[in-house]
Amino acid sequence: MAHAAVKHDYHLVNPSPWPLLVSISLFVLAVGFVVMTKGLVADPVSLIEAYVGGADKAKALLGQGSEAAVAALKANPDFLKAAAADQAKTITNLQTGASWHWLMGKSKIWVLLLGFLSVAAIAGSWWADVVKESRAGDHTPVVQIGLRYGMILFILSEVMFFVAWFWIFFEGAIWHDARLLSTVPEVAEAWAKWPPEGVEPVNPWELPLLNTLILLLSGTTVTWAHHALQEGNRKSTAIGLAITVALGALFTSIQVHEYGEIIHEKLFGFGGGAGGLYGSGFFMATGFHGAHVLVGTIFLLVCLIRLLKGHFTPQKHFGFEAAAWYWHFVDVVWLFLFAFIYVTFG
Amino acid sequence: MAHDTHTDINAFDVSDRPSIFNPWRWLNSTNHKDIGTMYLIFAIIAGLIGGGMSGLMRWELMEPGIQVFNGGLWGNEHNYLVVMTLHGLIMIFFMVMPALIGGFGNWFVPILIGAPDMAFPRMNNISFWLMPASLGLAVLSTFVDGGPGNGFGGGWVLYPPLSTSGHAGPSMDLLILSLHIAGISSILGSINFITTILNMRAPGMTMFKMPLFVWSVFVTVWLLVLSLPVLAGALTMLLTDRNFGTGFFDPAQGGDPIMFQHLFWFFGHPEVYILILPGFGIISHIVSTFSRKPVFGYTPMVLAMVAIGFVGFIVWAHHMYTVGMNVNLKAYFVAATMIIAVPTGIKIFSWIATMWGGSIRFTVPMMWAIGFIFVFTVGGVTGVVLANAGVDTAMHDTYYVVAHFHYTMSLGAVFTIFAGFYYWLPKMSGYKYNGFLGGLHFFITFVGVNLIFFPQHFLGLQGMPRRYVDYADQFEYWHKISTYGYMVTVVGVIVFLVMLAECFLVKRKAGANPWGDGADTLEWTLSSPPPFHQFSEPPVLVEDEKDHH
Repeated sequence: MAHAAVKHDYHLVNPSPWPLLVSISLFVLAVGFVVMTKGLVADPVSLIEAYVGGADKAKALLGQGSEAAVAALKANPDFLKAAAADQAKTITNLQTGASWHWLMGKSKIWVLLLGFLSVAAIAGSWWADVVKESRAGDHTPVVQIGLRYGMILFILSEVMFFVAWFWIFFEGAIWHDARLLSTVPEVAEAWAKWPPEGVEPVNPWELPLLNTLILLLSGTTVTWAHHALQEGNRKSTAIGLAITVALGALFTSIQVHEYGEIIHEKLFGFGGGAGGLYGSGFFMATGFHGAHVLVGTIFLLVCLIRLLKGHFTPQKHFGFEAAAWYWHFVDVVWLFLFAFIYVTFG
Repeated sequence: MAHDTHTDINAFDVSDRPSIFNPWRWLNSTNHKDIGTMYLIFAIIAGLIGGGMSGLMRWELMEPGIQVFNGGLWGNEHNYLVVMTLHGLIMIFFMVMPALIGGFGNWFVPILIGAPDMAFPRMNNISFWLMPASLGLAVLSTFVDGGPGNGFGGGWVLYPPLSTSGHAGPSMDLLILSLHIAGISSILGSINFITTILNMRAPGMTMFKMPLFVWSVFVTVWLLVLSLPVLAGALTMLLTDRNFGTGFFDPAQGGDPIMFQHLFWFFGHPEVYILILPGFGIISHIVSTFSRKPVFGYTPMVLAMVAIGFVGFIVWAHHMYTVGMNVNLKAYFVAATMIIAVPTGIKIFSWIATMWGGSIRFTVPMMWAIGFIFVFTVGGVTGVVLANAGVDTAMHDTYYVVAHFHYTMSLGAVFTIFAGFYYWLPKMSGYKYNGFLGGLHFFITFVGVNLIFFPQHFLGLQGMPRRYVDYADQFEYWHKISTYGYMVTVVGVIVFLVMLAECFLVKRKAGANPWGDGADTLEWTLSSPPPFHQFSEPPVLVEDEKDHH
């Protein structure tokens, strides 16, 4: 059987180094993130502070004369031993911290950068392999159906990811009066109404409306490109796709501008400023959407490049279709964001 | 659904299979059987780590007072909590899930539907390799500063504020990212399974002719695809609350710690069915094979699993009865939770009805399967007790809950893993194992784990709270018995390892179908071990008058 002819159309992929390498890179990326936010070696400054503080305590004891010293040593016979051990430990920590601070200290981004760049590079190589296999004819009709299932399920999991953000936003927006029951008067007062006290929401009928129209328009241009592709009109496809990419980029830049305005005008924020949960929910939901727009734009851009290289035929262009589906998903999420976060509860 | 293939039995040919000593065969694998093997080995290693952690806890709890976590080698009381947290996470994410879904799912879902491999073989490999990366981060987290000491000690449920301001150090961030990566692994794996099952069934293998193990995995991975992203959202909120000043779970900013519990349990409750459903499938195969009868009520068995999966999504708040929920909500969650006993009961009774009047052979996998039916029924019955919000007010966070979920998971899910392992080991390795050692493993484990967990019901009813490193003297008796049970179980694990070593050293050829009549699913038509790529020509399925599995 081993060398018998293969009589099925499935794609048995050749062994590949990418999965293992992506895993290692993601590990590095995760460690890098924690290095950036918290640091993985002890902070020398705080160690020295602790060290000096300890010395001050000993000095204070010195100043109280031998009676006090005897009393202290009697109360804790291991005082000197413990102090010496502590000191030795502090010195070791100091040395480790000092020698590794450049790489593993707080707010150092080298590990994060290494992880991110390798994930990006390996993902690129992986997808390049997929394109190569597709060009080599490995993506038979049945494999293409599989790819469709895969993309639909991926988008479904993304939908459930956004469910989490909408859920927490609605919890604040609809049931904010639950906070009236708080025994902390400041909390009850600040959260008696929605949007909360001190928050000046964005006017949905200005930039957000414009962005809605931009995304809706981009949905039509990507459909235009699709129809043109099915009819074998590559030039028209390229124009439709290029306009879609441009609209995506325009959406992102308007969103960046709007964020800048919110922060600059101090309309609301989070982390101590006015807004709290409102700002958290707003920025995370729209921010994750923005990240998805960026990914979708890159996806479409890659499709444009592949189109110009002649990778797509009127019969076989699943890469393009996947990008279009993803784009429509991003579009629909925005409509929900616009309807609820900007209009209804803004 | 007896399927006879008209193709010849695939002869075992070594020439098409890279040497097991070739590292690239494993590191770069795109073969579902090799990846399944790696998952199983990974699960065994993680199980030994997680089981060792149970040992530390049982050692500590054997007597009142602080024995093990006394500031010495094993650290202080905080480290007890770290060990407890990691025990839970490791057993769930790195032992049961990789064994049942990654291991048996990878090995047998493609074979049982007559497919040559998974739909996305390369993506299959990243699902596996993300697991060591994730476990690495989790283990690393125990060695770095958590806040109250090294590691995160807030329990596997990760509730804020313990997981935010309560553990401000980098440890918790590492743990969050570890779970993110485990989640990516599971989502990618689930997409792979759904696509494989929908798209790669052999001609004639309609959905309602699929063996029950395939159905069980199919339902399980749907739960994963729909619930894990919500956990990912909750974890991301924790991460930004901890690092970027958002206030999702911080009451001072209008946030709500209870919301984390909602988001977590919206994932967490489906998760417990994710852990047990594939086991249900395995038990159906084994009970049918060794009763030499088709499974009683195939369609109800399928629909019961679908129902369990569906209802599993709408009962999550029964984990939160004591947070101050209003009575109407509690009433709903009580009713919805109890409903689950109906489809679960259908499964239990159908297994018994399958055995009824059958020609039963008490082979090792059959012993584990019958053992499973008993312990899972015990765990299910205490589950119905706990489903009552009023009763739960007293039982919440006591050892009664610990006993309940260990009867379903540590006994239930683990028994299904061993049942599946003993059922398919000859198929996967090509060798027969020593039935005496397998049986000995079963009896020692059965006595041991029941000795560990049955007394914990009493402890819970007496008021022993869970997650405590120390306790009042009156709890000592049953705690001691429980620890004796652990010692017995360790002997069982040793017998298991001896059984494995014996099997691979003595090398008794298993042949294509060591179980004879009754084992009539597709894997038994292949050689043992199966060829590197099976079903190069799709098997032709012939339907019998009677339905099996």
